[in-house]
Amino acid sequence: MDIWTFGWTVALIGMGGTMLVLWCLSLLILLIKKIFPYQPDDSAN
Amino acid sequence: MESALVSGLQGIFLGITNLGLGHVIMILVGSLLLYLGISKGYEPLLLLPIGFGAILVNIPLAGMMDEHGFLRFLYDNGVLTEVFPLLIFVGIGAMTDFQPLLENPKIILLGAAGQFGIFLTLLLALALGFDKLDAIAVAVIGACDGPTAIYVSSKFAPHLLGAVSVAAYSYMSLVPLIQPPIMRMLTTDKERKIVMGVVKQPVSKTTKIIFPIVVTIVASILAPLGAALIGTVMLGNLMRESGVVDRLKSASENEIANIVTLLLGLAIGGTMQADKFLRGETLLVLALGLIAICLDTAVGVLFGKVMCILTGGKINPLIGAAGISAFPMSARVVQVEGQRYNKKSYLLMHAMSANAGGQIGSVIAAAVMLSVLKGMGIVGG
Repeated sequence: MDIWTFGWTVALIGMGGTMLVLWCLSLLILLIKKIFPYQPDDSAN
Repeated sequence: MESALVSGLQGIFLGITNLGLGHVIMILVGSLLLYLGISKGYEPLLLLPIGFGAILVNIPLAGMMDEHGFLRFLYDNGVLTEVFPLLIFVGIGAMTDFQPLLENPKIILLGAAGQFGIFLTLLLALALGFDKLDAIAVAVIGACDGPTAIYVSSKFAPHLLGAVSVAAYSYMSLVPLIQPPIMRMLTTDKERKIVMGVVKQPVSKTTKIIFPIVVTIVASILAPLGAALIGTVMLGNLMRESGVVDRLKSASENEIANIVTLLLGLAIGGTMQADKFLRGETLLVLALGLIAICLDTAVGVLFGKVMCILTGGKINPLIGAAGISAFPMSARVVQVEGQRYNKKSYLLMHAMSANAGGQIGSVIAAAVMLSVLKGMGIVGG
């Protein structure tokens, strides 16, 4: 594999993959927050 | 008797007779790192042991990096095995409060954009003639995250470890100087003055506890080769948020982190031997590292501009600069810049969200990169 095929593949999949994983995590955070909403009692913990 | 005296005297002067120009230069480089750490306060926890290690390893005939040498022992058992950076990650996780990110999860995307410098620098490094794996090691300076840079470069390009580590830690400490001009150049006066509203979305304790577990499982399944990186950060954070292992949490962020930082710094200094460090390649690594962090900042701010447009002007693009891993330094830079243009603008909490996203982003970016390399057959498991 030549260096440019290598470079562009890692760069494009790397950037896209990082963005995708973090986007999935942001959705998961929203989901967890919906399932376990903040209760005022939490502040005591 | 006479010959014995001569031999004895020769032994005393062996160090001097074997002292080369390279040793002298590297002892000066080590001293410069000590100066930067002690007098200028640039990442002293790392630069002091690195600088001292660099001096020790360049003492002729001291054998610090020989087979049974002191620094070689630390390097072989702590760096090559990846144990030191991973233990540091446990401490980082234990020290990090992800609450600002959990309150405003969409900001995590800025933490992804803030890593793009890694990948753009990879292309630059390849264009400059670096070997594929060397280019990866150089590019990862753009993670703006010392342990990640050490982890990746020790895996793929151990001969560049000294230069990569020095670049990563030096530039991290220079973030307050590197970022502001780029932030100003890429934003308009109107954008810099945007006042962001307060995000009031309290987070339950259960969410804080589940977050590190979910991140570990999901991110590790998506990027398995980064499981150790992600897992150790999240283990530290779980210890923090669970509240049931205060002793372990305290040890991770204090005793263990301190001891490992000392040993890691010495081991990195040990890689700075004159014959390996004094090459044109080292200067290129330092230059590319700086470019990587500039690109991270630029892409982060540009992505902030996109989010600003998409939200109808509710996001100040300056917070995009905090999408790197230099926590909380970068968030402070954003706050200072925001206040410079609008005294009513308080960007700190938003920037902290982006900064926490950058911390996760840097680890995820490295994990994704490792998995891509594995998928392409460039590296083994």
